[in-house]
Amino acid sequence: MENTTKNLVVLGAGTAGTMVANKLRKRLPDSEWTITVVAKDDIHDYQPGYLFIPFGMNTPQQIRRSSRQFLSPDLTVVMAEVERVDAEANTVHLEGGRELPFDQLVIATGTTPRPDQTPGTEGPEFHKSVGEFYTFEGAVALRDQLARFTGGRLVVHITELPIKCPVAPLEFAFLADDYFRKRGLRDQVEIVFVTPLDGAFTKPVASKTLGHLLEEKGITVETDFMIESIDQEERVIRSYDEREIAYDQLVTVPLNMGADFVAASGLGDELNYVPVDKHTNRSTAHDNIWALGDASNIPTSKAGSVAHFSVEVFEENFMDAIAGRPLSHSFDGHANCFVESGGGKALLLDFNYDTEPLTGSFPLPKVGPMSLLKESRANHLGKLAFRHIYWNALLPGRPLGLPSEMSMAGKVPADA
Amino acid sequence: MPTTTIAGHEVEVNEEGFLTKPDQWTEDLAPELAKLIGLELTDAHWQLIRFLREDYKAQGETATLRRASTQSGVPVKELFVLFPKKPAKKMAYVSGLPKPKGCV
Repeated sequence: MENTTKNLVVLGAGTAGTMVANKLRKRLPDSEWTITVVAKDDIHDYQPGYLFIPFGMNTPQQIRRSSRQFLSPDLTVVMAEVERVDAEANTVHLEGGRELPFDQLVIATGTTPRPDQTPGTEGPEFHKSVGEFYTFEGAVALRDQLARFTGGRLVVHITELPIKCPVAPLEFAFLADDYFRKRGLRDQVEIVFVTPLDGAFTKPVASKTLGHLLEEKGITVETDFMIESIDQEERVIRSYDEREIAYDQLVTVPLNMGADFVAASGLGDELNYVPVDKHTNRSTAHDNIWALGDASNIPTSKAGSVAHFSVEVFEENFMDAIAGRPLSHSFDGHANCFVESGGGKALLLDFNYDTEPLTGSFPLPKVGPMSLLKESRANHLGKLAFRHIYWNALLPGRPLGLPSEMSMAGKVPADA
Repeated sequence: MPTTTIAGHEVEVNEEGFLTKPDQWTEDLAPELAKLIGLELTDAHWQLIRFLREDYKAQGETATLRRASTQSGVPVKELFVLFPKKPAKKMAYVSGLPKPKGCV
């Protein structure tokens, strides 16, 4: 008898990969589809927690789990690095020589900080006076580094956009202000926020609100700074237009890039992101290849909320695609980001491809309990509580009751 | 949107002076736009302007600094020499294209 089972291969077991595999396993009968998830290791970090580690607001243990524990037992899990995808032959080549044929492929291998891309980052001072908090190891090292810091200039720096969670560096600056205040050292610490953008954030309305907050907290902003190199001996960062900023402690956000196998497979743009239709996440080059989460080039924030909302739209479109129907759902770029502003407060941003961040309340119109684009305690508690929602509802693919499409109800456009 | 006349052409611009309709750009506009930001165009500038125009036609959006550098082979450092201080924006401005997004 001919084997008629089809193969769906999901590359990556992070937020997007785990959600999509679990959701589709519920929708696709075992007799028709084998779903194989390729994970590079058995580690699943709650990545928003990286921001909290340096300030002791999360412990390392709280944010690290096994990847496998979140993947449905009805999935086939392979622990391996991907070498390349042969899109013409519908085959994934894994390191070590194993091959996985596919009928449909989901690329969800995210984006990764690449300190090797800026000269001088990876010297003897890396994870010491040149810190970063975009990896587990980096966040833990930075916690110890900050604990020893008693005064001087702290420089928080973004190499280039896009980065995963574009508000995180700002949050880091806000939380650092709070942290040194509580230690009674704020007067001895100068905080400088260095960005390649021409303002505090990418979206004009939010940039204005966040810019005010930086000012209020006495954080200096250096804009339009395109870094060329880090000089670990002199303790300065240098830009292409030959500006220098001295630091005692640097917290850099290295260039973020998609996985190297994406480039090796000829499936990526100049930063190894997979070009896709921004409303369906379907590859612009291959109809049976999709990219979800941070791995795609969609023009919205690289964030877990986007992965979550777009996976829900994708699930429906995927069912259409395999049934030979036209895709019936459209993703609007909906993102929603908590922004920790220090002092036990946070702001909440809600935006999509077409709409700037709004003011109002979330998730219920006029009721909240969280307020948009304004600092509040409820927002902060919402952000802290989200870790539990992530582990217990989001990854297993349980409905959260948040609409994937952005709603305008109870929200008011703010003036830019 | 306000309109303005550059090199004898009436064009629509936004509040930052960027052309809002890339179709309204012609090659004779580039030297005039360049003059407005204190640049004199050389062959090296033109190579990038032509790359940006072609790339916009193919991609539907303005190339970021990184894309312009990797695709054209001109090092970022050199782009800063040709279009000082804000190369990504200045290249787009002279080429009659929207400011590159690249950042969300």
